[in-house]
Amino acid sequence: MKAKRFTAAHQSITFSRRMMLVGGAQAAFGAALLARLGYLSVAQNEHYQLLSESNRVQLIIVPPRRGWLVDRAGKPIAINRSDFRVDIIPDQLDRPTETLRTLTQILKLTPDDVDRIIKELKDAKGFRPVQIAENVPYDQYAAVTVRLPELPGVQPMRGFSRYYPTGPAVGHLVGYVGAASAKEYEAEKNPLLVTPGFKIGKEGLEKTLEQKLRGQPGGQRVELTARGKLVRELEPKPDRSGQTIQLAIDAGLQEFAARRLGEESGSCTILDCLTGDILCMASMPSYDPNSFSDGIGQTEWKMLSQDERRPLNNKILSSLYPPGSTIKPMNGVALLAHGIDPDEIVHCPGGYRLGNRFFRCLGRHGAVNMRRAIAKSCNTYFYAMGNRVGYDAIAPFAKRLGLGEKFDLPVSSQSYGTVPNSEWKRKRYEDNKRLIDRPDWTSSDTLNASIGQGYLIVNPLQLAVMASRIASGRALAPQLIGRHTKPGDPMDISKEHLDVVRGGMWEVVNGDGTAGASRLPLPGIEMCGKTGTAQVRKILGSQRGQGGDWKYRDHGLFVFFAPYDDPRYAGSVVIEHGMGGSRAAAPVAKDVLTYLFDQEKAWAALHALEQNWGGALAERTARRQSQFEALSKQGATTA
Amino acid sequence: MISSAIIPQPLARLPWRLIWLVALICSIGIITLFSAAGGSWSPWALKQGLIILAFFGLAIGVSTIPENWIKQMIFPAYVAILIMLIVVEMVGFVGKGAQRWIDLGFIRLQPSEFMKPAVVLVLARFYDLLPVSDVRRWRGLWPAALLVLVPWALILVQPDLGTATMVLVGGVTVMFVAGLPMWYFISAGAALAAALPVVYALMHDYQRRRVLIFLEPEADPLGAGYHISQSKIAIGSGGIWGKGYLNGSQSHLDYLPEGHTDFVFATFVEEWGLIGGILLIVAFAMVVRWGMNVSRKSRSRFNQLAAAGLSTTIFFYFTVNLMMVMGMAPVVGIPLPLVSYGGSAVMTVMICLGLLMGMERQARTRSTLA
Repeated sequence: MKAKRFTAAHQSITFSRRMMLVGGAQAAFGAALLARLGYLSVAQNEHYQLLSESNRVQLIIVPPRRGWLVDRAGKPIAINRSDFRVDIIPDQLDRPTETLRTLTQILKLTPDDVDRIIKELKDAKGFRPVQIAENVPYDQYAAVTVRLPELPGVQPMRGFSRYYPTGPAVGHLVGYVGAASAKEYEAEKNPLLVTPGFKIGKEGLEKTLEQKLRGQPGGQRVELTARGKLVRELEPKPDRSGQTIQLAIDAGLQEFAARRLGEESGSCTILDCLTGDILCMASMPSYDPNSFSDGIGQTEWKMLSQDERRPLNNKILSSLYPPGSTIKPMNGVALLAHGIDPDEIVHCPGGYRLGNRFFRCLGRHGAVNMRRAIAKSCNTYFYAMGNRVGYDAIAPFAKRLGLGEKFDLPVSSQSYGTVPNSEWKRKRYEDNKRLIDRPDWTSSDTLNASIGQGYLIVNPLQLAVMASRIASGRALAPQLIGRHTKPGDPMDISKEHLDVVRGGMWEVVNGDGTAGASRLPLPGIEMCGKTGTAQVRKILGSQRGQGGDWKYRDHGLFVFFAPYDDPRYAGSVVIEHGMGGSRAAAPVAKDVLTYLFDQEKAWAALHALEQNWGGALAERTARRQSQFEALSKQGATTA
Repeated sequence: MISSAIIPQPLARLPWRLIWLVALICSIGIITLFSAAGGSWSPWALKQGLIILAFFGLAIGVSTIPENWIKQMIFPAYVAILIMLIVVEMVGFVGKGAQRWIDLGFIRLQPSEFMKPAVVLVLARFYDLLPVSDVRRWRGLWPAALLVLVPWALILVQPDLGTATMVLVGGVTVMFVAGLPMWYFISAGAALAAALPVVYALMHDYQRRRVLIFLEPEADPLGAGYHISQSKIAIGSGGIWGKGYLNGSQSHLDYLPEGHTDFVFATFVEEWGLIGGILLIVAFAMVVRWGMNVSRKSRSRFNQLAAAGLSTTIFFYFTVNLMMVMGMAPVVGIPLPLVSYGGSAVMTVMICLGLLMGMERQARTRSTLA
């Protein structure tokens, strides 16, 4: 550098050259700016337009109205009732403390409510409302509305809550609704679920039909500033109500059956003998789904879950019982198919000797054929015949008639029990040696299963299906949704065989059989049936499960169909610890069937009964409710 | 351009092409401020109009200052501004907080604003005085380096990274066009690149966060990355033709923060689209080109260097702002001159333009001989 001197001429050239460089750099930057601008506003335009719109427009979700559940005649089973609610829009809230204090006063909020509201307000973002109270009585709602000018951000609204007109009568059938839990929201990530006032199905049909009943949320589209201030309302997006779903259920029958079960713990199931439509599925005692959809208190929950009559348990689908003698008609069909002559006489001396053991009968029936054996419920006959053909020959018929079957129904759970055979027992023995004493099927296993005890265990719906299949000769599948007209396909069972069994069942009620006291009070319509008495525990000494502690008494069961000459209805009644089918279950079946043919007569009978029980179901439920409330208040003060 | 028969001489001698460009840019600013206020002259648009008029008067005044005066006054002026910077620093120290201005009651003076043109002029004067043969020597570098780095350091610790960088860029441009050896700049650039991690370590937390967010604004869309994200949304959603005047939702609904100051470009482009944005950028580019041409046409070395430096200062002013607004640079808090609401940037740019207009007149009238 020292060698070459830097002169004025050099400087001038350098200056021009450097100016070009600087100018070039500036031009390059300018071009970059233009390119970037073009990229953002042309290539990325759609993307940013979307973002800008989602900034500008927010959707205030309007929950859709839940679809109705109606019965086969269109009578409502689950509907929506309009109610009043109060929410807060967090972003419009000016003075949270004062506002909350005023609301607490007007709406009589409990400290728990206030804690929840404060917590939710803290987490709240944007325009999403926070629920203050729902099901607000009109005078409180009006009081809030009047004071609105001094309560910015408070939003009194009309909402909808689920209403079940017959209350507990449909509890187990339809289930109930409730606010979505955090877990349910996590699973679905649908903002609708956390919208105040929105409820989803939690149990029963409300849960299994959720997607159809829910509908499409609408929304009030609003233009908001960054601070959440409302600028203007845009065109709202209409919501679409959920579908109305028709059930096969006959709402009147369902209510009647539920009321007829009274204070008993039990169930009543009735199917249409032609199509398999489930007309009635009443399990009692039940909870009141109305009180669940308002949010159930802890005390009430505790009382329900501790009740020995298990009101939270659906006794048609989730309870399993030994069927007892109710399976004798099914046994008869199986025996006939295996070549037993229905007229063959078995002598009943009051029991059956197998080796050195004596299996008891309920009486000394003398000479009985199949028909008489069913009518008098003679164990000896079925011991002897069952032992002759073997239970592996009977079990397939039990399954064909619906026992042990899991039906394709929209229910949240279904226990389907066991139809045992030798293979089942061996497998069971391998799985769990403590429950089963030996792997091979013994004659005494056959004898026990032949009278519906031992390993055989079923649910009441299966019993009803069994009755309907025997009555109709059709392979009926129970249907809960919709009203069907197409008759079921005929089963591959000879009509003569079925007639023998039906004849036995006719005699049970209309002859000198076990349920003679439960004849229908209707001229020309005869009910056929079969009683059953199922032991709850092994017979100890003289105790026969006919008295003593309620929870050790025998279950009473009854399967039936009517009318005899052209069966239209079939079903089952199970009365837990009712001590006998003829005593506890058959009278219920009688009244419920009477309802189907002559409602007036049936109601008259029921009203008489209800007077003894202390009022109708609704009255008793209300009384129990106030009991809950009194107890929960007590709990609150002692706690 | 304008017939000299009707218009009096002094008016006719004004560089009207530039004035029209500046008027266009300022008008864009005022109508955008009008929109940013929700279609109202207050609080910004009217005041901004008055500020612009006042400082335009200042620019015309500055343009009449003879070159010799400037040459004589620049060293004392530079020292005075330096002292003010130190005073600000001390007041800030006493007041326990970052302070950038001296409050004179009616106006808050930011000495760092004055430093932007001053550093350019003082360097131009330095190289003007430096014998040609010394330009590539050590004595051609260190005084100049000192003249740039001392104010740079003082502004940097305020802390005001944006202004400090502008001062540095203005000074370096003068040094570059003055003909300092190319390897200075290349090695300085390399050293700077190597020093970036160190610089990063020395930065304030809020500055560091801004750099990180610049690199990935979407990582924190509701927090500190909000500015850049919302600005890009405003610009991108405008499309080619924009959403229409007074219809920008991002700015009107307050999603765009600082829509009347640093992010005014986003406010403008949201409503006027790509077309409006191009118009504004081209207008700025033409102003800078005009300034660079003043430099090229000047006959005195002082004017050549000063004009190049001042033009680059203006260039850098709007470029950094636009890069920041479009997510190409970290948020450094530099407004868009003549468009953003506020007096400081208008004052600086008007002073620069006034000086450039004076130089342009000299180049045209050949009144000065080097």
